[in-house]
Amino acid sequence: MLVEVLISFFLVVSGIFGLIGSLGLLKLTDTMQRLHAPTKATTLGVGGVLIASMLFMLLVKDHLSFHELMITLFLFLTAPISTLFIAQTHILMNLKRGDLPDTGREHSWSIYDDPPDQAPVGEENAKG
Amino acid sequence: MITYALYFTMGCFGLGLLFNLLLVVRGPGQADRVLALDTMVINVIALLVCYGILQGTAVYFEASMLVAMVGFVSTVAYCRFLLRGDIIE
Repeated sequence: MLVEVLISFFLVVSGIFGLIGSLGLLKLTDTMQRLHAPTKATTLGVGGVLIASMLFMLLVKDHLSFHELMITLFLFLTAPISTLFIAQTHILMNLKRGDLPDTGREHSWSIYDDPPDQAPVGEENAKG
Repeated sequence: MITYALYFTMGCFGLGLLFNLLLVVRGPGQADRVLALDTMVINVIALLVCYGILQGTAVYFEASMLVAMVGFVSTVAYCRFLLRGDIIE
């Protein structure tokens, strides 16, 4: 009985988080604000479902499986990367060069300019 | 009890998928559409895992793993196409 309550709790909480993430995607007004909703709330929702699945397999079906951990690890690794790419796309398509603050360095933003030929390796060492 | 919780969770994620589809149609920019498609992939992963619990099999983990990989690669490829006009340079 306690096992069922625990698994159901994780399932319901993750369902609510997933719904909040998708609703936030629809309700927020700016693209940069909209990035928050799926990358935080929905990832947490999927994490809850995977925890519930792991508990179900362990406690009801009596075998431990690590596939859920793999999926969780993969999602938690890839969510920031895809968010970064989407933010870069939004900056490139909607903002002009003058809208962004100055980088304070020799090179400008990497979205607008090509990267420098040689990466500044050991810059801190040269200063100190 | 787990069955009813599963129905509730699947309903939540299905409703979320509908919201995402609305954003894909409405989205003011390309970045919003990519974001909505990425969220759809995450919701589909959750739905697949829920269906796996409902059926009591472990087959659907491989399917959700594949969906996760394909979703990540497609998001990155779409963004790269918009950023550079080319996917593999």
